[in-house]
Amino acid sequence: MEMDQNELRRLEEKCIQENPPACTAACPLHVDTRKFLQLLGQKDLEGAWAVLRQRQPFPGILGRICDHPCEAACRRKEAGGAIAVSALERYCVEAYGYGTETLRRQAAKSQTVAVAGSGLRGLTAVYDLAKKGYGVTLFEKGDRLGGSLWLQPSEKLPRSVIGEELAGLEALKVDVRLNWEVLPEHVHEFSEKYHAIYLALTPGEAAELLGEASAADPRTTAAGLPGVFAGTFEGDPVSVFAAADGRKAAISIDRYLQGVSMTAAREREGAYASALYVNMDSVTPLPPVVADRDNRTCTSEEAWQEARRCLDCQCLECVKVCKYLEHYKGYPKKYVREIYNNAAIVKGTHFANKMINSCSLCGLCAEVCPNALDMGQVCLASRQEMVRKDKMPPSAHDFALRDMEFSNSAYFAMTRHQPGFSSSRFAFFPGCQLSGSSPGHVKQTYDFLASRLEGGVGLMLRCCGAPAQWAGEEALFRDAFNQLTAQWERLGKPELIVACSSCYAMFKGKLPVRSLWEILAEVGFPRSSAPIRPLHLAVQDPCTTRHESGIQEAVRHILESLGHHLEELPLHKELTECCGFGGLMGYANPGLAKRVTEKRTQESPLDYVTYCAMCRDRFAAAGKRAVHILDLIYPGEVLDPASRNDPGFTRRHENRAQLKRSLLNEKWQEKQPMEAEYRSIKLYCSEEIRRRLEERLILDEDIQQVIEAAERTGRKFFNPEDGRSLAHFRPAKATYWVEYSPEADGNRIHNAYSHRMEVIEDVKP
Amino acid sequence: MTKQAGEQPKTKWKCSQCGEELQVGTVTVAYLGNEIRVEELKCARCGLVLITEELAMGKMFEVEQSLEDK
Repeated sequence: MEMDQNELRRLEEKCIQENPPACTAACPLHVDTRKFLQLLGQKDLEGAWAVLRQRQPFPGILGRICDHPCEAACRRKEAGGAIAVSALERYCVEAYGYGTETLRRQAAKSQTVAVAGSGLRGLTAVYDLAKKGYGVTLFEKGDRLGGSLWLQPSEKLPRSVIGEELAGLEALKVDVRLNWEVLPEHVHEFSEKYHAIYLALTPGEAAELLGEASAADPRTTAAGLPGVFAGTFEGDPVSVFAAADGRKAAISIDRYLQGVSMTAAREREGAYASALYVNMDSVTPLPPVVADRDNRTCTSEEAWQEARRCLDCQCLECVKVCKYLEHYKGYPKKYVREIYNNAAIVKGTHFANKMINSCSLCGLCAEVCPNALDMGQVCLASRQEMVRKDKMPPSAHDFALRDMEFSNSAYFAMTRHQPGFSSSRFAFFPGCQLSGSSPGHVKQTYDFLASRLEGGVGLMLRCCGAPAQWAGEEALFRDAFNQLTAQWERLGKPELIVACSSCYAMFKGKLPVRSLWEILAEVGFPRSSAPIRPLHLAVQDPCTTRHESGIQEAVRHILESLGHHLEELPLHKELTECCGFGGLMGYANPGLAKRVTEKRTQESPLDYVTYCAMCRDRFAAAGKRAVHILDLIYPGEVLDPASRNDPGFTRRHENRAQLKRSLLNEKWQEKQPMEAEYRSIKLYCSEEIRRRLEERLILDEDIQQVIEAAERTGRKFFNPEDGRSLAHFRPAKATYWVEYSPEADGNRIHNAYSHRMEVIEDVKP
Repeated sequence: MTKQAGEQPKTKWKCSQCGEELQVGTVTVAYLGNEIRVEELKCARCGLVLITEELAMGKMFEVEQSLEDK
C-alpha cells in the first residue's frame, strides 16, 4: 500500500481524538468548555476568562444570560450530573474583575458595513466585523445599545454590566448612531454607501424594509439583494443562539466582501453532535457540587470543586492501552500525519523512522478504536515503502533478518517424511523460536504427533518468514515463503501443524494449517507420569492469536484438563497485549520494548502461562515467572519451569542447530554436514559479559570468526602487560571487535563490541 | 570522532605483528555511500586501525544512526 493524500485523509479521519468534546460541539459559539473548566479547576480565573473571551463577543453578558446547551450535552450527566457550566461561567465573569478591556482590531480595511439593530445578534456581528478591521456603522432606533438585553431582570444582568461590556466597541472604532431608525427608503442609499448591510432585526421588521427580498438564506443570512443580509432568527433574542446567528451573518459578510464562497465548509459552524468517543466504563459517579443554578453565585471553593468534576473528555482509547502510542506523546491522527510527512522527505532527516519501526504491529489499537484504525497497518505499509525506496535504516532489522537467514540455512532448515513413511498427511512445523528455546519439547511433541496421528507426520524445521514480513521486506518474505512452499510441496502438501502463533498468522489463508494446541485438544495429549502439581496461572495470549478464538479456547481446555487454575489478565483474548517482541520492536527500540514487556508482566502477581516461546522468554528475561504450555505438558526434570532463564540469542542458535543434528542422527540416521571450523573454538565468559553480548546482539559465532581470522592472519593488537589481544573482523555488514586471551583449551572473552561503519584499511603486509 | 593530530594518545595496545606503538593518523570510514576522514590510532608501520569501544559505541554509533535517517 502506497500512502497517498486520499489514503492519508481516510486514515486520519478514523482517529476522532481531535474532535471537540460534546459541550463545545453543542455550543453554537464553540466555547472551549473543557479548557475553561480545566483552568477554573486549577484556580486560574484569568485563564478561564480568556477561554470565554476567545469565542464570546461579550463574556460579561453571555456569561450571565447564556442558556448553556453544553450542559444538556455534558457527558458527566451520565455519572452524577452535568457540570453546572452556567453557574461557573457566571462565577467567572463576576469574580474576574477585568473591567473594560481594550479590544484589539486587525488592520483597518477600506470596506464598510452598515448594521441595523443593536440586540445581541447585531452587536455580535458588529463586534466580529469591527475586529476584522471593517468600518462598521451601527444604527439603533432607540437611545441606547442593547435592545432586548435591557429587558433581562437586573439581578441576572446588572444594568452596569451592559454599559461596561458595550463600551469596548469604542476601541473597535464602531460608528454608533442612536435614535436612528432605518426606513425602507434608506436601503437603497445604504447599498450605495456601504459595501454590505446587515439588518439584525426581527423577520417582520426586515420584511418591511426589503419586501420580497427579505427572504434570507438560512445557511448564510444572505437576503435577496446582493450585499444585503437579514435576520432569519426567530428564537429568544437574548440567548447564545442569537449571538451565534449574528456571528453567522458576520462570517457571510466577511466571505462576501473577500469574494470567496459563502457556503463552502460551514457544516460545523453552529451546534452539532461531536464524534468524539468517550469511554464511560470506569468513570466514578460524582454528584454536583453546585446544585442550585438559578442566578446564585457559587463560592470560589464550590466553583473549583465543580469544575474538577469535568471528565476532560478525550478518546485516547488506543493510547491508554499501548505504551508505544503513549511513548510518542500524541495520538494516531498526529502519528499518521508524521508518518506521511516522513515518507515525503527527499533530502533531510527522517525523524519518524524510529517511531515507524517501534510498533509491535499487534493490532490492539484497532481493537479498541471506535473506528478500528490500525496503527500497525500504517506502520507496516510505511516500512514496506521505506524498503522499496531504499530508505529503511539498515541497523533496524539486520539482526532479526540474519537470525531468519540462519534458521533457513543448512544449520537448522530441514524437511523429512516421518521415518518409515514415503508420504505425509501432516507436517509438524515447530517454528524457530520454540526450537531455539525448548528443543527438547519439539522432539517430544514430534514423537507424540507421529505416534498419535495416522497417515505420516513429516517434519519441517525452518523460519516462517515473519521477521521479513514485520521488517517490511516484501521481496525477502516472498522468497522465503516460496522456498517454504516448495519444501511443503515436496512432502506432498500435508496439513501443517504449527506450535507458534506467528507461523500460524503467516500461513493462514495460504497453506492448510492448524494449531498444535487445537490438535492436542482434539486428539488428546500425553499425560506425564509425574505431573506438575496444580498451579494458579494467568494466561498470556500471544498477540498473533488476537482473532483466533479456537486456539485460545484449545489452550485453556488443555491447561484446565491438566488441573491448573487459570485467571484472565485484564486485557486478554481479542484484547491481548504484545509481550514486546512483535513487529521486531525489540530490535528497533530495545528500551521501549523493555517497558512494554515490564508493563505486561506487572498486570498480575501470578505466574504467567503462554503458548508462544518468545512471550515466555521475554517475560523470563524481565524477571517474570512464566511457563510455556509445553513446560506443563512435559514436566521433565525441571522442577520449577517458571524459573527457567531466557536462553538468549547465542543459545537459541545452538539449540536449533543441535535439534537438527540430533533429530537427523536419531530418527533418520543421517549426519549433519560439518560446521565451519571456527565453530569449534571454545569461549569462556562471565555472566556479566554474557549479558553484555546479548544486549549488543553479538553471537558466539561472530566472536569465533574474529578470533579465527586474527589467529590465522596475526592481524590484531596486543597488550604485553596482561597478555590480551584485541582483534576485529567484518563478516558482512558489521565489524566485530573482541578482546580475548587464551585460556585452557579455548579463549576467555573480556569484551566485545561492534560498529556498522566500515574502516577503509590499507594494511601493509 | 576526530582526534587532534599530534595529540599523544594513551593506549595499552601495540600492533601484534609489527610490535609498533600506535600513532594518530588519517583514516577513512565509510557508511551508506558516505566517506568521512577522521584522525584515529593506527600502527605506525602496517596501518592496522584501532577502533575503541568508546568510539564504536559513542560517536560512531551516533553518526551511523544519523546517516541511516537521511
